[in-house]
Amino acid sequence: MTDWRPGALLPMLQERARLNAALREFFFRRGVLEVETPLLCSSTATDLHLASFPVPPSFAAAGGTRYLQTSPELAMKRLLAAGSGPVYQLGKAFRAGDTGARHNPEFTLLEWYRPGWSLPALMSEVEALLQSVLPPAFRFPAAQRTYRSLFEERFGVNPHMATADELRGLVSVHTSFGEASALAASDCLDLLFSTAIEHSLGAQGPVFVSDFPASQASLSQVCVNADGDRVAQRCEVYLRGMELANGYQELVDAVEQRQRMAADLEERRARGLPTPPLDERFLAALAAGLPACAGVALGVDRLLMLRTGAAALDEVLAFPFSRC
Amino acid sequence: MATYSTNEWKGGLKVIYEGDPCVIVENEYVKPGKGQAFNRVRMKNLKTGRQWEKTFKSGEALEGADVVDREMQYLYNDGEFWHFMNTESFEQLQADAKAVEDAAKWLKEEDVCVVTLWNGVPLTVAPPNFVELEIVETDPGVKGDTAGSGGKPAKLSTGAVVKVPLFVQQGEVIKVDTRTGEYHSRVGK
Repeated sequence: MTDWRPGALLPMLQERARLNAALREFFFRRGVLEVETPLLCSSTATDLHLASFPVPPSFAAAGGTRYLQTSPELAMKRLLAAGSGPVYQLGKAFRAGDTGARHNPEFTLLEWYRPGWSLPALMSEVEALLQSVLPPAFRFPAAQRTYRSLFEERFGVNPHMATADELRGLVSVHTSFGEASALAASDCLDLLFSTAIEHSLGAQGPVFVSDFPASQASLSQVCVNADGDRVAQRCEVYLRGMELANGYQELVDAVEQRQRMAADLEERRARGLPTPPLDERFLAALAAGLPACAGVALGVDRLLMLRTGAAALDEVLAFPFSRC
Repeated sequence: MATYSTNEWKGGLKVIYEGDPCVIVENEYVKPGKGQAFNRVRMKNLKTGRQWEKTFKSGEALEGADVVDREMQYLYNDGEFWHFMNTESFEQLQADAKAVEDAAKWLKEEDVCVVTLWNGVPLTVAPPNFVELEIVETDPGVKGDTAGSGGKPAKLSTGAVVKVPLFVQQGEVIKVDTRTGEYHSRVGK
């Protein structure tokens, strides 16, 4: 067994420690409370494309299957509903199957919530955070774009109005997927964005992409924007062609949240995917009253890659998934 | 053979794609946050040599291909097949013109080549990186020219034609780089 050595060299481990300290300092100065919520829960995200690691029940512990968290979102919203005020968490998240130059199944997520703030206000705070932890080469003002404007610029198509067949046509022209009748409209949008748009975003300063398709709202609110498009109040941050953070105007309506999760589970059933139980405690917290808030999750490993100039995620991890 | 899904496809893995044996050259995992994951894959068709990119939905699977590279000694050519022998097992195999292709002009008896086998049948043959062959036909060239301009064509014992410096003569044995088809050096007698 020769691969016992770390993937990241000592200087990189020191850089990570410095980054963590800088992040904590940022939030301390702004009065945001650091919290720790469980990594092992009885329920997990229902999103179609998130795969959770299940931990089978053992006779030593009561209860059923537990899941390693894909993000601390559900638990942190319970804290907010209990009156925690602004909170942040710096910790591990787990997403099965995600392995690549920018993905490791176990990774570090910085997630924080601002009750009473709008999404644009929170994204300004994200910009301030990036300015404070990234070297001068990144200190350009952030650019604001909409999902639609990027799509129209690249493909001449309004992604909110295009039919599934139109999107499949674009996939066969602009990607190497080939004939795409098996792809859903949302999957086509994902592939087109990843293949033809993402890598060109954020060549200098960060690019904030807002107004995502309503079908990709996940736990964010949906509204009709100034252009008349039905969009998710969701904003993604891209820098050097890499997705860095995902922000929401959080959905607070318990009824709609339950409906969305139930629809996810239906679709999972139809596709033969695991169907975790609904997180009833989370839904109860929403019903009790989640304050209007904006929240954001940021990939700390990728942030460290940018800060140090590392080319792949493995370079910033003490041990990548395959070597631990 | 076993099937492999997208997250197991690494450079060097041999798989069957649309009936042909292929090798994975590169596999890029592409996934927008909380969206459908894809794999952008560069593959090389081991039959045609063609390389191309194909995007797959993550989770798709391909059957593994029984493809192995074996060092084998070239024995002789019977006019239809080229015969090779495994120097450890003494097992003999014959490769057809399609498998041998361009390598034919570099094959010298007893040279050790790398034969790629698919299900035990020769798929391609790679000659050794360098081969020493005799010049059977070439013009005399200008005497005394040691740093000549361009050189002259020389036909080798296998039929291959290579450009050689003007001072090299018919009957001499030269060393050729089979990867570029270029003259490398003279071989002392």
